[in-house]
Amino acid sequence: MGPEAQAMQRDDFSNPAMLGVAAGEAAWNSAPANGKPACSGCHGDINATMRGVDARYPARQANGAVMDLTGRIQTCQSQHQAITPEPRESAGLLALQAAVALRSRGMQIEAPASRGLSEAVSRGEALYRQRLGQLNLSCAQCHDDHWGRSLGGTRIPQGHPTGYPIFRLEWQAMGSLQRRLRNCFTGVRAEPFPAGASEWIDLEIYLRQRAAGMASDAPGVRP
Amino acid sequence: MTTAMILVPRTPIRSGDVVMLKAMISHPMETGYRRTENGEEIPRNIIRRMICRYDGVEVFSVEMHQAIAANPFMSFGVVATKTGPVEFEWVGDNGFRHRQSAQLTVTG
Repeated sequence: MGPEAQAMQRDDFSNPAMLGVAAGEAAWNSAPANGKPACSGCHGDINATMRGVDARYPARQANGAVMDLTGRIQTCQSQHQAITPEPRESAGLLALQAAVALRSRGMQIEAPASRGLSEAVSRGEALYRQRLGQLNLSCAQCHDDHWGRSLGGTRIPQGHPTGYPIFRLEWQAMGSLQRRLRNCFTGVRAEPFPAGASEWIDLEIYLRQRAAGMASDAPGVRP
Repeated sequence: MTTAMILVPRTPIRSGDVVMLKAMISHPMETGYRRTENGEEIPRNIIRRMICRYDGVEVFSVEMHQAIAANPFMSFGVVATKTGPVEFEWVGDNGFRHRQSAQLTVTG
């Protein structure tokens, strides 16, 4: 990530993801047409109740299911707001997620293994080290063995998911970690898992384990 | 939904000061040159013009074309003369129009 993108992210006013945050905050306070409560109707002030939430996601829910933040918001929409959940990668869902994630900015990412997700961490690590696709490359072969070197003119990062959802300049739009992972999969010519698949969640949990202790910089700007 | 952000300096402003105004708006700025996976053209959808009026007088305007990135961000200086609204208006394809204003307060 070059100094220009860093400067863009650091200034809330030039960070395009903050437009998503503004839209997400508006959505947080607006009730659906069916008379069910808005997000704020149950959760109250986003600044208070969503503080630190993104730093401990993906997380195990009361019913035992493991969800990423996107899945959790979708569950709220279907169960408590009785509306069709917005699809993954939709602008509305990314905006809500960005508004929630902003409340964890600067906080340390909590290790999923310390929250009873060790099995998912090892499943995710196995995926991370699994060679994939026609290029027969694993995540680790780029992001552990060759980080800092160049790939097609861009720097290979260490692959820490600290800033999602991000505004990616290449996409000219907001996007989720799953979209970014899909990019890597098609890059090695592997077939991506379907959106929301448990493999993506396992991989996200392992990446969050790897990044544990790092400060969240969501919503980020990436090149 | 369109969101826009306007930044007017919060530090005290005196008459005659040059103040930097910043404005950013959410917009895809689709060029019209791209195609979908199935080869269909994606129609152009860009903002054509942004106008800024300070106290009712046009002080800055810009004509935009396809080369402007998504979520256009503009920053420019104006000479503060008196307290008044700074109104931004964005006009674009498909009848797009968004207006938003902020207050510029001049002390002394």
